[in-house]
Amino acid sequence: MVGKVASLFLFLAVVALGAAAAQAQSATGPMTVASTTSTEQSGLFGAILPRFRARTGIEVRVIAQGTGQALETARRGDADVVFVHDPASEERFVAEGFGVRRHEVMYNDFVLVGPKADPAGVRGMTDIAAALARIAARGAPFASRGDESGTHKAELRLWQAAVVDVRQTGGAWYRETGSGMGPTLNVASATNAYALTDRGTWLSFRNRGELEILLAGDRRLFNQYGVILVNPARHPHVRARQGQAFIDWLLSPEGQKAIADFRIGGEQLFFPNSKASAS
Amino acid sequence: MSESNPFVAAWLLIVSGDPTLAGIVALSLRVTLSALAIALVIGLPGGAFLAMSRFPGRGLLVIGCNALMGLPPVVAGLAIYLLLSRAGPLGPLGLLFTPSAMVMAQTVLILPIVLSLSRQVVEDLWSEYEEQLRSLGCSGARAIPTLLWDGRFSLVTAVLAGFGRASAEVGAVLIVGGNIAGHTRTITTAIALETAKGELALALGLGIILLGLTLVLNGGAYLMGQYARRSAGQPW
Repeated sequence: MVGKVASLFLFLAVVALGAAAAQAQSATGPMTVASTTSTEQSGLFGAILPRFRARTGIEVRVIAQGTGQALETARRGDADVVFVHDPASEERFVAEGFGVRRHEVMYNDFVLVGPKADPAGVRGMTDIAAALARIAARGAPFASRGDESGTHKAELRLWQAAVVDVRQTGGAWYRETGSGMGPTLNVASATNAYALTDRGTWLSFRNRGELEILLAGDRRLFNQYGVILVNPARHPHVRARQGQAFIDWLLSPEGQKAIADFRIGGEQLFFPNSKASAS
Repeated sequence: MSESNPFVAAWLLIVSGDPTLAGIVALSLRVTLSALAIALVIGLPGGAFLAMSRFPGRGLLVIGCNALMGLPPVVAGLAIYLLLSRAGPLGPLGLLFTPSAMVMAQTVLILPIVLSLSRQVVEDLWSEYEEQLRSLGCSGARAIPTLLWDGRFSLVTAVLAGFGRASAEVGAVLIVGGNIAGHTRTITTAIALETAKGELALALGLGIILLGLTLVLNGGAYLMGQYARRSAGQPW
């Protein structure tokens, strides 16, 4: 009897799950965007998604991950659209057949933040590679994402430009947090370390402690965001209609304006630069 | 909100009647209580069965359940993630990043606790009453409801331990739920998000709300137990 009871409960559980699945699969259901912590945590999606929904009635669910993880989520077919910022990996994603086409949406920039005391003396410099080389030479603490995110990859390219091999540093001053931008800034703030961050996360970040922007404006700090529809030929369940509608809206004058309108403390965080749009 | 005192932040959150917060709290309770219900439905009779029966491999099963009480949530989350991902065996169900996936992950986490604790409770009762129950013709499966009812006051601990583990958990639900605003954001994943944003007071404020909820539930369980014991005429 116990066996029968147990199998009955198992059966009920499976039925309940099946019902939930059927609901989740309905054609008019919401779509999923795999995006980055910088867009979600800065509040951009919270500001623009209601406007998209008001226009189209489509609900967008955002999963905030690093660029590397977001692309991996999409590779497995667990998202309909990716909205990330590492052009090289995005192009590879499309070339491998996982994405339909990459569209440029907007940009912001990376900034080097560090303690007010500035032990490496990089304040006022304009060359990010020279500044990083000086941080390395002084052995001043530097907090890195270390999570294969777009920001992490950009940071590694800059270290390369500075001719510093951070893998050889043994963790004495170069510290990989292996986590998102916010947690990494929390570490930098607590240990008075330098860090490379996107401006959006920095502007919305509250626990700054002694940190401030020490270097910005080098053109190598440019941070381009792209949006890609996951290939329905690869993953037939992809909500291509909703996904394409979202991409079209982002690239349209209306979507581009929504991005430009998003401000924190009067400061604009992201700058639309879609080629499809006249703006 | 940049209130710097977490208690004030928590208070402001509660009195503001913020619908977002209400949604987050409701989802947390819904997911945790669903997982708890499933774990109890399987775990209580399962634990009693384990306590009363002898079969080859039983020892291994008991050890396995005990060990799984220490299963790291992030491992449970990753396993469910790979299972539910579109590229995984249950992918066609499309359950990843839904509350159902979170219920599954939490069920996996708390089932071993309910199984182990209820086995322990029933084992003690069974060794005490086995002969008596057998002489009344009540043995095997038919004794399970009797034993569970008899051990109900002790079994409350299993229920509360399961609830505690599920409601406090963040690693698994973050992976399988995705922390999607308005859809799979629970109190614990919201705390992780606010911490990431550097809104430490707000994060701690949410933590205080979660602790408050747990306290209320535990208090309720305690008072109900007291009342039931008095009604049942038990001396403690």
